[in-house]
Amino acid sequence: MKSISDLLSEHPLFAGLAPEALELIAGCGKNVHFGQDDRILVENEPADVFYLIRVGRVALEVATPRRGPLVIETVGPGEVLGVSWMLPPYRWSFDARAVDSTRAVAIDAACLRDKCDEDPTLGYELFKRFAGLVRNRLQTTRLQLIDLYGNDAS
Amino acid sequence: MTLPDISIVRPAPMTPTMYRVVSRRQDLADTVSFEMAPIDEIVAPPSPGQFNMLWAFGIGEVPISVAGYQDGILLHTIRAVGAVTNALVACRVGDEIGVRGPFGVGWNLPQAVGRDVLVVAGGLGLAPVRPVITELITQRADYRRAVVLVGARSPESLLYRDELELWRGRFDLDVEITVDTAPPSWRGDVGVVTRLIDRAPIDPRNTTAFVCGPEVMMRFVAQALVDRQVPPDEVLVSLERNMHCAIGHCGHCQLGPDFICKDGPVMRWPRVETQLRIPER
Repeated sequence: MKSISDLLSEHPLFAGLAPEALELIAGCGKNVHFGQDDRILVENEPADVFYLIRVGRVALEVATPRRGPLVIETVGPGEVLGVSWMLPPYRWSFDARAVDSTRAVAIDAACLRDKCDEDPTLGYELFKRFAGLVRNRLQTTRLQLIDLYGNDAS
Repeated sequence: MTLPDISIVRPAPMTPTMYRVVSRRQDLADTVSFEMAPIDEIVAPPSPGQFNMLWAFGIGEVPISVAGYQDGILLHTIRAVGAVTNALVACRVGDEIGVRGPFGVGWNLPQAVGRDVLVVAGGLGLAPVRPVITELITQRADYRRAVVLVGARSPESLLYRDELELWRGRFDLDVEITVDTAPPSWRGDVGVVTRLIDRAPIDPRNTTAFVCGPEVMMRFVAQALVDRQVPPDEVLVSLERNMHCAIGHCGHCQLGPDFICKDGPVMRWPRVETQLRIPER
């Protein structure tokens, strides 16, 4: 059975991170499993955790008054669920639901924030990696906004 | 369907050959696929990625990619966006359509033999790469891993849904579909198609990519492929421009030093990258 540290080292977010840093982060992690359609995050609830998806798929949803919930993005293996843990007010912006049976490593955000405060080098490294993640999501969101496949987008 | 004994002719390139609509399928609210059979003469067999100029008589002519070809029957998928395409989409079985073609440089499939193949299609861009996918399936042993990534606005706007399901059911083809937005009942991915590239099961340095979709999408897809170490010369894109004569004379489809109707529509990414990054005025 793989340790949390092993699982972290296999995840693209932590690729190339020093073993000592992985051990430190692994101290805040645990394995979790969600069944199909399980609610994982709830809008405006405290963002006290984030997930490294290993198997399965999670849908980010926004509730709308007349159209019901809309899926705005899905997160799959090798991707990260949750970035709101990084900055105040530490609350989720969207709901998240497991589309399939999903396995992930859950990282306790308060625990990791404390370790980042104690070790600014680790904190800077993690924030660079999450900043890249947020940049990529911003870019893909912008592409979604221009209605890429519409008649006028070609 | 059995065709009459019609020999292939190559009429003057500006003269249409008459075809009759033999089947019509409403793919989407504004998009129709036609199978068309020759009446008296037949155009040359198209290569995957080539296009024909389709005539709606009395209205005009438009370039449409060949979505399929078998035993002389042409398959074209047309979205109603202007006067000519609206007239074509309104055609019914038995109606006649003029065909000039096939024109242009198509997908260079031999380039991909012995390599991983990645097809990336967005929206109506699935039509021009459909012949690539059918060829992959037919000649499966000639290629290594085969991955098809499809992006669309919503589940309802996916083209060729029945065929996609058949392709997804194959063990020798990896098909991933993503849409921009979806209801909770959708079990697939949501997000732009570029996001699927990072996790596509390919050996990047040994991959040939066939990309077709809106130009903005192709720019970002090509960049994502190059970022993933797919050799730039192995990224092929299919371009769309204002093609009129289709033989490189009128200049309407000029892109830098190239005429898309004659030098394209399929081109290697490094050949067009700089031109596609220049804003049109």
